[in-house]
Amino acid sequence: MNEGTKEPVNGIVGRGNREGAELFRQWFAGLNQTAEEGGTAAYVFVMGSMSEIMRTFNLPVVFPEINSLQTAVRRVAHEYLNQAEDYGYSPDICGYVKADVAVQLRGGQHPMGRIPKPALAVLTNACNTYIKWAEIWERMYHIPTFTLDIPGTRAAGTQTWPGDPDFENDRRYVQAQITELIALCERVTGIKFDIDRLREVMGYANEMSRGWRQVLDFNKNQPSLFNALTDGTIYLGVANGFRGSAEGGSYFSRLVEEMAYKTAHGVGTLNEEKYRLTFVGVPCYPIFRRFNELFTEWGGTFVHSTYLWFASGGANVGFEYDLTRPLESLAEGVLISVRDAMDSMFYQDRALIQMIDEFHLDGVVYHPVKSCRTTSTGMADNRRAVMAERDIASLFIESDMMDRRVVSEAQLKNRIDAFFEGLASRKRQELVAS
Amino acid sequence: MAYAAGVDVGSTQTKAVVIDEAGRIAGRALIDTGANVTVAAERAFLEALRDAGVREEEVEYVVGTGYGRYRVTFGNTQVTEISCHGRGAVHMFPGTHTVLDMGGQDTKAIRVGPTGEIVDFCMNDKCAAGTGRFLGAAASALDIPLDQLGPTALRAERPVQISTTCTVFAESEVLSWLGKGKKIEDILQGVHQSIALRSMGLLRRVGIEQQVTFTGGVARNIGMIAALEKRMGSKMNVSEESHFMGALGAALLAMDHILAGRGPVAAGRLA
Repeated sequence: MNEGTKEPVNGIVGRGNREGAELFRQWFAGLNQTAEEGGTAAYVFVMGSMSEIMRTFNLPVVFPEINSLQTAVRRVAHEYLNQAEDYGYSPDICGYVKADVAVQLRGGQHPMGRIPKPALAVLTNACNTYIKWAEIWERMYHIPTFTLDIPGTRAAGTQTWPGDPDFENDRRYVQAQITELIALCERVTGIKFDIDRLREVMGYANEMSRGWRQVLDFNKNQPSLFNALTDGTIYLGVANGFRGSAEGGSYFSRLVEEMAYKTAHGVGTLNEEKYRLTFVGVPCYPIFRRFNELFTEWGGTFVHSTYLWFASGGANVGFEYDLTRPLESLAEGVLISVRDAMDSMFYQDRALIQMIDEFHLDGVVYHPVKSCRTTSTGMADNRRAVMAERDIASLFIESDMMDRRVVSEAQLKNRIDAFFEGLASRKRQELVAS
Repeated sequence: MAYAAGVDVGSTQTKAVVIDEAGRIAGRALIDTGANVTVAAERAFLEALRDAGVREEEVEYVVGTGYGRYRVTFGNTQVTEISCHGRGAVHMFPGTHTVLDMGGQDTKAIRVGPTGEIVDFCMNDKCAAGTGRFLGAAASALDIPLDQLGPTALRAERPVQISTTCTVFAESEVLSWLGKGKKIEDILQGVHQSIALRSMGLLRRVGIEQQVTFTGGVARNIGMIAALEKRMGSKMNVSEESHFMGALGAALLAMDHILAGRGPVAAGRLA
């Protein structure tokens, strides 16, 4: 028996998926209850959610991006997209935005329950669509929106760190904005800011960040312990929805236990892991499981993904706050993490090259999507940069994260099959050469 | 003597090739795919056998390729047409490093290794602009047989510029140029140049490494060859068998298996 949980130790395999799904249900049940009681929530985004501050003020968090992708996973996204397009949105607008607009037009009705209206919206400059998106709620609900401007990396490889004068300037800039955000939250909630409550929340966030970093590193193991596309997305949901909560911290500590167990017992994701891949971009949610099967059928598994970096708001770097100086440290952490999330989209080539070596990758799969320019624009350039430095197979396939009208399984399969035929040739040649 | 066969079930036409152990084409067949893909594959295979004078039981291995490859129910395995065109092109022209395959609804740029294996590839996505279907739409609008498109285009003196990238709208644009009194040959040359431009984009994405071999049904169009060579600034390899290159590649991969020891291979796997 596992002493802490009183469950059979063999129940540990897959525990992260089960507990993640249960936490998700609880989260949405809580949101539904809030909505039914006429309560409101903080609308936040995955790249810089500021959940630490929101939780300090007991504000429930709503991630519209997660709500939207859930409509695609549950195969009803087209109903929401059509409604937004009937309202006047172009087919070319971000699918996440349009699904959310439809949720709002339906009074918060969502496949997982009712979504409460916003009390305020908090966003960062990590995605330029965030800003226009929040303006929609501003007009719909007359709520305050707060844009946190995070100074990004000025040029490839020029990141600065604590102690550096440039970093300290940026940190002070972010800290001043956090102070303004706290004042806004006090006004919106009528609750006085409690720095000890913030310390407590940041402590839970530390536990999560530490665990997330360890979990990602665990997949250097051969065979890989989790599929970064399927399992990883469940972990990612918890990383966003439960950041700064006791449940979130505990979940990741238990996930680390699961990974350690799998490592010790050689429990991999596939019976035969033939090809180790990384995924670059946002998943193809309209055919989420099937998309993954198109790879696993060939013995390919995703051992990593840039999605787990940028869509966790950079929590992958594992930054841990110094609780003795919470506001200053929160500013440092937000700056470093959100900057990393942006780098995962715009300067991903350096990190991918490192990933190829450390995770023993056989291939890189780029997935630009029609409705997200932010994540897709630089991929062709990044791919060229990676291929110039590493002799590695890569696949460039286009579809969408929401809109099944531009997801053609037959076209995807043809390209994926050809990719694996090329990988098989490479393996044969490597065998001959050795 | 062992024989192998490849059946390429494309969006518009199905091709079958039977080869001998030396890789020589013994027989071939070309039919319209129609609505029943499995029947088309069987018919093409049987016609190729008849053309070769070979009995079905003499064919030891069959590889299906093309979009309908999984409907080649009598095939031993399936391989994408991307791998097959690479293999076929290098067989015909051993100096090939880049393949441009232009079919009914796909155009593919493929960079290949010494034995025709895929190094990188790129295809048109989501729409049929820059493919044979684009030419078909123009032929329909101008009421010209497909085999006359190329020769007519080569007579152009002042080609028009086709700006649309949509196959459906291309027909409207062609008609609008006709309405402006432009000559048919000038409009057709514009269509060819438009496709050549898009194809060059695909080729540049994988990197153009000489020699370039042009395959697929559209490779029979002399106007398309001229438009591509002009834009590329160099000659391309074009085989008399260009239309059958996918089926030939499939047959060659089938023969590889026979010669490698005639071992069974799981469906869909050449590894």
